[in-house]
Amino acid sequence: MRRIFLICEKELGTFLTSPMAYIVTAIFLALSGASFSTYLAQTSYSDTSIRGFLEAGQLLILLFSALLTMRLISEERKLGTWEMLLTAPVREYEIVLGKFLSCLIVLGGMLVLTLFFPILLVILGDPDLGPIFTSYLGLILLGCSSLSIGIFASSLTPNQIVSAVIAGGILFGLWFLGPVGNLVPDPVGEILSYFSLSHHFPGFMRGVVDTRAIVYYLTVAAVFLFLSVRSIETERWR
Amino acid sequence: MIKIENLTKFYGERLAVDDISFNIERGEVVGFLGPNGAGKTTTMRAITGYLMPTDGEIWVADYNMRKDPLKGRQQIGYLPETIPLYTDMSTRAYLRFVARLRGLDRKEAQKRIDEVVEICRLEEYINVLTGKLSKGFRQRVGLAQAIIHDPEVLILDEPTVGIDPLQVVQTKELIKELGRKRTILLSTHILPEVNLICERVIIIHQGRIVAEDSIENLSSILEGRQRLRLKINGPVDEVTENLSKINALSEVSYRDPYYLLEFPIDQEPQNEINQMLTRGGWTLLSMEAVELSLEDIFVKLTSKREEEQ
Repeated sequence: MRRIFLICEKELGTFLTSPMAYIVTAIFLALSGASFSTYLAQTSYSDTSIRGFLEAGQLLILLFSALLTMRLISEERKLGTWEMLLTAPVREYEIVLGKFLSCLIVLGGMLVLTLFFPILLVILGDPDLGPIFTSYLGLILLGCSSLSIGIFASSLTPNQIVSAVIAGGILFGLWFLGPVGNLVPDPVGEILSYFSLSHHFPGFMRGVVDTRAIVYYLTVAAVFLFLSVRSIETERWR
Repeated sequence: MIKIENLTKFYGERLAVDDISFNIERGEVVGFLGPNGAGKTTTMRAITGYLMPTDGEIWVADYNMRKDPLKGRQQIGYLPETIPLYTDMSTRAYLRFVARLRGLDRKEAQKRIDEVVEICRLEEYINVLTGKLSKGFRQRVGLAQAIIHDPEVLILDEPTVGIDPLQVVQTKELIKELGRKRTILLSTHILPEVNLICERVIIIHQGRIVAEDSIENLSSILEGRQRLRLKINGPVDEVTENLSKINALSEVSYRDPYYLLEFPIDQEPQNEINQMLTRGGWTLLSMEAVELSLEDIFVKLTSKREEEQ
């Protein structure tokens, strides 16, 4: 446990001293803000919700998860620090969880900054707070899934760009299973939809907390974190 | 302190280490010698737990690296071939991270950082980003991180490669100093390197141990011989045949475009060679003495071992 926090702390330090996290956050906020205000304008300010932010936010979380996680393991391999880490008395899962936790904190920080949107709505209008709470829960859960997929991709290659591309491939592939599932007749279509990252999000936007959705996102996160640990372990046997 | 039994490692189909066994006693400083690709790094990676052996067992300070990897790793300080540095961290931050990773608490870590910084003479560079350090200082930070938890065993992979000659001398002295109370295994592909530091040498070639002995014994096998390298203008077959007839020479071989001659140190075959050349009407283009290269030593040791078997 102590080592998980130690690795998390180190990664946070790297995030805060490198420009990457700031650039990602700035662009995330700019694009979310643009989407948020455009939507409000489109509805002539009749729908005081954060729907505009959420529509863009889901996809931005996928994209920026791939970018935040791409260096996590890839860079260590390139620097040679990976060898130091794997010969220190640390377990593989401690490394993976520490790194995951640090990304989650950064993502959480980004989402905290977007609270600006609902606060603005509360001051200027009368938004329904229920769906806003559940939407943030949904974004965090989606973030857990996306980040763990990103970490898995990073564990596969020493090349950050390749890592980001793999993560993007898996993330957007899982995302578009939803629309594909809608085209295919049931029960296959239903199954495809269930495995899609996009299928479970609208519920949170409507203010519904569906246990299946929570289980889905957490399972995806757990599966890919597990795969990351396995990927590191098998490396020793190669 | 380090015990290796029948270590074998395959990378896919390729055999990197082939059934090697050796023992290193507490307090010994052992040189691990071999050309590039001999299997040194693979063996060291297996000892440190970075790689799992395909077959065989490794014990470090009585911990089996398969069954008790975490306790085993805690006994080892390791400097890999690529110095492991987070280039965006200062020397201090980096050492603190490694110290904490190795299980030291904040206070202990601080104390140890002060100590290793003094041992490795890094005082002036403590707040410099490790990415901005020169190769020699990176090496010292690498050593500092290896000894930060005061391990009993040190594994150093090519600790003097790529740094300038003055720093090589300093690094060697530092390793010698560290070896006073620790068990050290250090690898190199440069022969004179081990003379200064090591008490014993293990020579590995193509994944197998070809020799394991004290420095003195190995030197006596290898010394007492002289080598000449000749370039002769004449038909190769005839020249080789005639050279072989000279009694003083113990070995004659031809490696395009040179003839390599070997003879005991008390012989002087130069006159006979001259006479032979005159007889054949061939011209001597060059003649020079050559030192035994590490590669030659391996060939010699390998062939010697095969003769014995």
